[in-house]
Order: sequence, then C-alpha cells, then structure tokens
Amino acid sequence: MERSLPYVLDAIAAPSEAGVARLRGRLRPLLSSWLLPWALPLALLALWALATHFAWIAPQVLPAPDAVVLTLKDALLSGELWANLQISLLRVLAGFAIGLVGGLALGVAMGLSPTVQDYVYPLFKAFAQVPVLGWLPLLMLLVGIDEALKIILISKAALVPIALNTFKGIRNVPTRYIEVGRVLRFTRWQMLARIVFPAALAPIWNGIRYGLTHAWLALVVVELLASSEGLGFMIVYGRQLFQLDVVLAAVLVVGMVGYALDQVLAAIETRLLGWRKEAF
Amino acid sequence: MSPAIVPRRLRGFVIPLLMLAGWWAVVRFGWSTSPLLVAPARVWQTGVDQVASGQLFAALGASLWRDLVGFAIGAGAGLLLGALLGSSRRVEQLVGPSFHTLKQISLFAWIPLLSVWFGLGDAAKVAFLSLAAFFPVVLNTFEGIRGVPPDLLEVARVLGFTRAQRWRKVILPAASPAIFAGVHLGLIYAWLATLGAEYLLVSGQGIGNLMIDGREHFRMDMVLLGVFVVGLVGYTLNWIASRIEARALAWRGRSVAQFN
Repeated sequence: MERSLPYVLDAIAAPSEAGVARLRGRLRPLLSSWLLPWALPLALLALWALATHFAWIAPQVLPAPDAVVLTLKDALLSGELWANLQISLLRVLAGFAIGLVGGLALGVAMGLSPTVQDYVYPLFKAFAQVPVLGWLPLLMLLVGIDEALKIILISKAALVPIALNTFKGIRNVPTRYIEVGRVLRFTRWQMLARIVFPAALAPIWNGIRYGLTHAWLALVVVELLASSEGLGFMIVYGRQLFQLDVVLAAVLVVGMVGYALDQVLAAIETRLLGWRKEAF
Repeated sequence: MSPAIVPRRLRGFVIPLLMLAGWWAVVRFGWSTSPLLVAPARVWQTGVDQVASGQLFAALGASLWRDLVGFAIGAGAGLLLGALLGSSRRVEQLVGPSFHTLKQISLFAWIPLLSVWFGLGDAAKVAFLSLAAFFPVVLNTFEGIRGVPPDLLEVARVLGFTRAQRWRKVILPAASPAIFAGVHLGLIYAWLATLGAEYLLVSGQGIGNLMIDGREHFRMDMVLLGVFVVGLVGYTLNWIASRIEARALAWRGRSVAQFN
C-alpha cells in the first residue's frame, strides 16, 4: 500500500502530463485554424469602432459599426431592404435566364457545327470584346433607362461566358470518346446525349457559374447608374444623402447575396457532377 | 450556304458585312426616321474629326494612363499578397478568409464608398482600378504558388538552395503560368473598371466621359465611335498581354520539347 501509493500517483500524474501535452498539441492547430482567421477582421472591427468612438474619422466618412448594424436591422424590419432585394433578384434572374438560354443555344450551335462556328464565332468574339459597360450608353439611347436596359445588359453579361464555355467544352471533348461512340454505332442523338454533353458538362457548368457572377456584377452597375429601386439604388441613394451607414449596409447585402448565389450553384454542381468522382 | 460559295477564311466577315449593308440601306432608303439612326459614314466622319481635333486621343490617353497606373498599383500589391498567402500557411490562415469575404463584394459596389473616401477625382478612380486588378492577381498568384509541385521544392532543398534561389529558380518559374493568367485577368478587369469609374465618377476626361456626353446630347455617332474604340482598346490590351505571356513562357514549351 505504502509502496504502491507513489506508484499510483505517478500513474495518475504521468498520463495527465502527457495528456496535457497531447491536448496542447491538438489544440494548437485547432487554435490556428479556427481563431487565426478571426484575428484580422476583429482587429479591423476594433480599430473601426475605436476610430469612430473617439471621432478620429467623421461619421460622414465612416459611420460606426453599430450604426451600420442598426441601419441594416431597420431596413430589414421596415421591409425596405426586402423590397429592394426582391427587385434586384428578379432582374438578375430574368436577365440570367435569357442569357443562359441564349448562351447555351449559341454555344451548342457553334460547338457542334463548324459552319456556324465559321460564320458566327468571329462576330461573337468582337461582340464579347466590348465589355458590358461599353454597351451601356448605346443601349440607353436605344431602349431608354427602363427595365429593358437592365435585362438586356444582365443577359449580355451572362451570355458571353456561358456561350464561350459551352462552345469550348463541346469542342474539347476528347476524340477518343467520339471514337468509342462510333465503334458502338451510336446514332447522332445517342452520341450527343451519352458522350458529348456528359463530357462537356463540367466546362459548361463552369460557364454558368461565371455567367451568374457576371450577371450579379452587371446588375449592381446598372442599378448604380440608372435605377430608382433595387440594392444598387440603395447604395446611390445613401451616397447622395451622405448616409454611409445605408451604403455600407447595402454593400454588405450585395456581397452576401453574391456569395449565396454562388453557393447555390456550387451545391447543384456537387449533385449534378457528383458522378464524375465515382469514376476514380 | 455550301462551303464552295464562301471560302472558310472569309466566312467570319459575312455577317458583319451583311449587317453593315443593312444599316447602310436603312439609312440610305429612309426606312426609319429615328433621329438615333446615323449613317455609317457619319460615324466614320465623327471618328476622323475626333482624331483630327485631338479630342479622342486626349480622352483615350487620360483613360489609358489611369488604367495603367491603377493596374500597376493593384497588380503589384496583388503579387505581393498572393506570394505571401501562397508561401505561408500562417499568413493564409490570418488573411485568407478576410480576403475571400471581401472578394464577394461586387466590384462596382466599392465606387460609392471610394468616392466618399477619395473624392470624385482621379484618386478615387485609380483606387478603384487598382482594386479591380488586385483581386484576380492575388487569387491566381496564390494558387500558382500553392500549386508548385512539392518534388521541385525537395530538389531545391537537396541542392541546398538559399531562400532567394528557391524563389528565383523554382517557385516563380513553376508558378509563372498561373501568375501571368492572373495579371492578364487583372488587366482586363482594370479596363472594364476604367469605364465604370468614368461613368460613375463623372469628372475629368476619358473615353467613358466621351460616351456619356454623347448619350446626353443624343449623339449616336459619338456613342458608336466610343463602343468601337473601347472594343479596340480591350482587344489590343488583350493581345499585348498574350504576346508578353507567350514570350515569357516560351521556355516552358521548349524545355518540355527537349526532354521529349
């Protein structure tokens, strides 16, 4: 008993010391991967709060963080934010849908038919060379500054990457695959449905994701330039009244919606392209 | 149309020429009386006038100068941050998530904020342009450096390279295609942003201002000229970047060919 007590104590102490070390070893990567990312934003937030609290910066130039949060809350509760968000989302979805259909049709036609490619591709490239913003003044003259302008510009923004990626995706289907289809005596339709489209799906999907990102970017520009409602308008309006809290709140929402849209497409992608991973 | 009618190499011109002919015909035969419809010749004349008076070059020069200054600042800062993010896990953990969050904010949403912070002049425009070039450069540089094959770094370790040697002889050459792709993308974004900045921060001169003025005065010829010049400049910037890229990366193709 007397002899065994130190032994027991040792037995208790030793693993606990090792356990602490092990725990520390496990905690360190956890600490750095979970806490380190928060260090910079929190430091900036603290600096921001301090700067506004001690009035180093005028509130017209940088409103306090809590003012931004309060504005966001007010806008949410009053329904103002929802109304603007809804308008913006409807515009983006309408424009994106048109761009998607047009882009896929154009890309498929150019990808499958060398004749169409010869005639249309150079013009398409020239058309794509002028950025969305280059077309803006022209379209303002032609269709005014109403909904049509926004929808056309957003669909142009979505169409170009979708058409380009669809075209390249179909063009780059490995010839080996086509040869297999020929050996199996696939009909034209079988070739498309079983070989060409599945093989080109990944680049096409990439184009669709780019298309949505570009559509969102275009929406913000158009709303900043010519709109009386929507998220972009909230930003302009806040800027004009020097209410930077409104601007920052709207910018925050723009960022979050853009992120959410991309996440939705990413989630669909894992379902749609999940089969690809099983092959390996 | 069968291949025999139009030779393959000329097919790309068919639709544009038909469109031009249609445009000319609509004006010539007075099928439309819209004041917005200007003759192709008038657009050409406006172009000649603008070039002769030096107005076009002044506007273009101002735009391009801003474009390049903003691009240089943004790409420089982007290369630096991208290299830091790519080479140090610690920096990536510290800065990465914040960077990826900021990246989500639609580029043009920055303009109203920048205009409050930097005024409506050139400073705000250049700040915006550098932001536009910054994000793609950081992203591609980061991915390029992170993607350097570990075997190459092991070889460098075996050879006892110093840090400078490792960067100069292993990391940068291996990451250069991705870095160039990022810089190229940054250049395109910066040009897009140049236009956006001139529309939204209406002061000073530039090609975007020329187009906005044309719109306000219902001068379709000016606007069309602007569209054409903007496309041309975008194309030229693209072309220059591709050429530099091809030349700078030429050794890759050659070295592979040698070993094959």
